[in-house]
Amino acid sequence: MKVCVVGCGAVGSLFAANLAQLEDVEVWAYDLAREHVDAINVNGLRLTGAGEVVGQVRATADASELPACDLGIVATKAMHTEPAISATAHVFAKGAVASVQNGVGNEEAIARHVPRVIRGTTFPAGKVLAPGVVQWDVKGDTTLGPFEPSPAPAEEIERLADACTRAGMPTHAVADARPAQWRKVIFNAASNPVGALTGLTHGRICERPDLRVLVSALVDEGKAVAAAQGIVLDADPEELIDHAARPDFAYGHKASMLQDVEARRTTEIDYLNGGISRFGRELGVPTPLNDALTALVKAREASWGQVLHSQTRSQGGA
Amino acid sequence: MIERVCVIGAGTIGSLFAGHLAQVVDVSVLTRRREHADALNERGLRVIGRSDLHARVHATDDPDELAGFELGIIACKGTDLEAVVAALEGRFPDATLMTVQNGLGAEDVVRRRGDWPLISAITFMSGTRRSDTEVEYVLDTPTWLGPYGDTPYERVEGVAALIVSSGLEAEAFADLRPAQWSKLIFNATVNGVAALTGLPHDFHFAAEERPTDLGRLVRAFMDEGKEVARAAGIVLREDPWEMNVHATKRGSAHYPSMLEDVEAQRPTEVESINGALVREARRVGVAVPLQTALCVLVQGKEASYL
Repeated sequence: MKVCVVGCGAVGSLFAANLAQLEDVEVWAYDLAREHVDAINVNGLRLTGAGEVVGQVRATADASELPACDLGIVATKAMHTEPAISATAHVFAKGAVASVQNGVGNEEAIARHVPRVIRGTTFPAGKVLAPGVVQWDVKGDTTLGPFEPSPAPAEEIERLADACTRAGMPTHAVADARPAQWRKVIFNAASNPVGALTGLTHGRICERPDLRVLVSALVDEGKAVAAAQGIVLDADPEELIDHAARPDFAYGHKASMLQDVEARRTTEIDYLNGGISRFGRELGVPTPLNDALTALVKAREASWGQVLHSQTRSQGGA
Repeated sequence: MIERVCVIGAGTIGSLFAGHLAQVVDVSVLTRRREHADALNERGLRVIGRSDLHARVHATDDPDELAGFELGIIACKGTDLEAVVAALEGRFPDATLMTVQNGLGAEDVVRRRGDWPLISAITFMSGTRRSDTEVEYVLDTPTWLGPYGDTPYERVEGVAALIVSSGLEAEAFADLRPAQWSKLIFNATVNGVAALTGLPHDFHFAAEERPTDLGRLVRAFMDEGKEVARAAGIVLREDPWEMNVHATKRGSAHYPSMLEDVEAQRPTEVESINGALVREARRVGVAVPLQTALCVLVQGKEASYL
């Protein structure tokens, strides 16, 4: 079968390189970073760290070069879902497409362009070290299930989950992927913006009792929004937060949103806290703290457009 | 009769007071750094911008070298207040001291070190420090004064009149708390948001069109603050939201001191501003989840570099 990974950054590369190890899978990758695409085509896609893998992946920045595929895995940053899937939709006219992205609302965007959609959530993480080379930081499970309004059939979901698992990316096909997805979005929304606004690593946030209380209050709002949809979380996001704070796990980890803010890149806030707020508004569940952090992080993004003229700065009254 | 004024702390605000008051009374200046005092003694103090003044001042970094004075204006930053006031302990028993720090609680810090008559003040004027001996007077908005404890109101009026006679704007109030609280709520919100977002106090703070627009959050922060004031029995002099909208319509965006502080990785006034508001909320039993979040986030930001 043919699988196309849409967005071949760190997470997309983990799927693409591992799936390319299978005899029965032909892997294509669509990505706009030309140097990365060229390096993959010349040297293969190399993973290092938690696993040493080189995958023969055919990469392109031109969607018209992609063949028709049986399955798609969208792994772009959440704000790039819409342009990425609209460019590649023709590839999946007869296929099903899974999202393994952060946040909520990605499947909705994908479903506007392709007929059968798979809801997904994934925990493995890494970072692009150089064109064609990705550091595999954390191994972890992936959960796939139907996107309810335009679902892929169970066999198709199982086929993708089976391929990923055989390739070394343990993946569960489930009837309802929302509990896993909401557990992760609640975890991310409670920890990422606090790191992005303060500059603190995950462990240092959890050491400060006042900030840890704020993190829990954010978790509680997310849980209320999940509960209002009838979602029973598969585990308490609080456990994930405390587990990640351990020195042997992610104590010194800078949240991806903090890395984005430091590099002045647009963050995924609209799909994390902003996503929780949006669902909350539709369901009549108040989310004042998620609203607040969304507005603060978006204001932080807006500040990068400001030119700082030190000579116009005045001090005093405030 | 006030003939000798000592300005304690010669940052932007202290320099504006010293430069103007030296036109009408004898002014001494207590600085933190020796070189700063030397430069002032050598070159005097220049004020440009809305005023064009050159002042002779007697400056020192050593409280032992200070001559007596009738009025002391404590103009250091809130973060330096404790150390500055400790140096005044046991001295100048006849002086009246005036605090102009942001937030709440400066008067209590001074009171713990002596029983001088105290005047509470808040200032809305602003300027830019060009060097140790030159300051630009940017906004000629007033300083408001009120009695603290049993300081007679006539003395407050006398100090306000002196400040006005020196070319600055000032007004005396029998009860400063309505104005102090307006400014507290304004500062806690605007300073805190600026420090976290990196935005100067610009149009974003009043934008309310979309659900995620910053103005909506600013309004929610201020509504919590107003609820605390109400519960504390304070009738605000000005609506902090109106102050916010008005200030964002000025020509150039103001850089709140807390934003300057986090950019320079200095300690901020979060404890005396945001911390004070959250403590008052707890005291009067009002839940302020948003102001609490703002306070702990700024404290966390400080912890990331201190």
